[in-house]
Amino acid sequence: MSDDVVDGAAEVTGEDEAEGWTPLSVEQVLASGARPAWETADGSGPGRLPASGPVLVVGTRKGIWLLASDEERTSWSVAGPMFLGHVIQHAVLDPRDRRTLLVASRTGHLGPTVFRSSDLGATWTEASTPPAFTTGERLERSLQAVFWLTPGHADEPGTWYAGGSPQGLFRSTDGGDTWAPVDGWNDHPMWETWAEWPEQNTPDGSMLHSINVDPRDAQHLYLGLSSGGVFESTDGGADWAPVNLGCLALFSPVPDPEYGHDPHCVRLHPLAPDRLYQQNHCGIYRMERAEGRWVRIGDNMPTDIGDIGFPVELHPRDPDTVWVFPMDGTDVWPRTAPGGRPAVYRTRDAGETWERQDTGLPARGWSTVKRQAMTTDAADPVGVYFGTTSGEVWGSADEGATWTQIVAHLPEIYSVEVGDPVGRS
Amino acid sequence: MRVRIPTPLRSYTDELPEVEATGATIAEVLEDLDRRYPGIRFRMVDEQGRLRQHMNVFVNLDKVRDLTTAVAEDDELTLMQALSGG
Repeated sequence: MSDDVVDGAAEVTGEDEAEGWTPLSVEQVLASGARPAWETADGSGPGRLPASGPVLVVGTRKGIWLLASDEERTSWSVAGPMFLGHVIQHAVLDPRDRRTLLVASRTGHLGPTVFRSSDLGATWTEASTPPAFTTGERLERSLQAVFWLTPGHADEPGTWYAGGSPQGLFRSTDGGDTWAPVDGWNDHPMWETWAEWPEQNTPDGSMLHSINVDPRDAQHLYLGLSSGGVFESTDGGADWAPVNLGCLALFSPVPDPEYGHDPHCVRLHPLAPDRLYQQNHCGIYRMERAEGRWVRIGDNMPTDIGDIGFPVELHPRDPDTVWVFPMDGTDVWPRTAPGGRPAVYRTRDAGETWERQDTGLPARGWSTVKRQAMTTDAADPVGVYFGTTSGEVWGSADEGATWTQIVAHLPEIYSVEVGDPVGRS
Repeated sequence: MRVRIPTPLRSYTDELPEVEATGATIAEVLEDLDRRYPGIRFRMVDEQGRLRQHMNVFVNLDKVRDLTTAVAEDDELTLMQALSGG
């Protein structure tokens, strides 16, 4: 073993490396303080956590897995499961301290909560005050799931936002330990009109997602409601207004209402914060905020593919480059890859033209990529990653030109986020 | 009183299947349980004080959903979680 890797298997089990990997329950992790064990992505032997390179945090319907590679991104190791059996809607490593890992969990019929780790899963604590609506409030809302986690502004290092189902917004200012409702949203006079009550278990049904913080101004926020639309606050969440002009809502009697749309994923580009991209139930859109109108850039997608999907992901250094994963939105909306031929599509000119990127992907596949299950790293060239509902994680180390399967046979994947954690060597 | 803990909640009780808690009502017992094992109550009872769906409470052999139900020190409280889905 070289000095620049962490030998998880040996540390956890106290056994020889050749003994292989032992899955850990969360109780074992909590009790032992042990790091999750690393093995090769195909499970054939001990793996390693390189001292640098991307770490993917994969949230699934049955727990969390970590995937790690060196900067070449050609060989991957896997650690997990952690929280085996827990429903993990979202798991995010804080890009500011590169240490705090927050996990949104709702499991079985237990209430929703947030778990925290500051050592890449070696030890976990539960939020002492998890996100919840105000006790005794007029609407008597009860949070059914924490669905989305967003780290706050760089100047507010302990601040996080959480979106829920019902469509509540919550904020922590202490690194996710204690959470409070954002009253300006949850108690907004229009909440009952804008928001939907959940009728299905998350991630189906309605939820609040896509919380975006303007890197120039911590008070400037966007959020998305499925369904409900995109909303903006310029005062730190005290007041909100819909931002849906130009976006279609074809399931509504009025095709272009002020609100009631179904954004699936909304991203604000950190280098061009007045540019927003949106993968909507009714197409792919871009907005230049000064224009105040969504433009359907998905009209430039091939007509036999369409522009329906869940995620939309950004190039960290080029605001004109975006990736999407189209799905079939025809007939009864199977929401699988169109024609059973999985492909990523990329634009490098802000949506004027799109190119198909499927080299290495299977010729046939019928899974779906959910809205949190696609991400990009910060390397050059950019790494692009997605996880499927059939439990596969795919990665590209060349900006989507070629794809390789990193791991298969995980549970249904709900989220894939990338981090560059400190403290690895 | 003796409180029996289902397996999904034993991460809060150091894996103990049975613990002690006190109170004059089920709600008070659950609040005392939360003082002893922080976080356990919110997994069972929502922020409006309602027992979560499919979370069941038995006082001795009687299934009870009204958390204001009075209990005695020699009663036994059994917390159970139904499971559904795969």
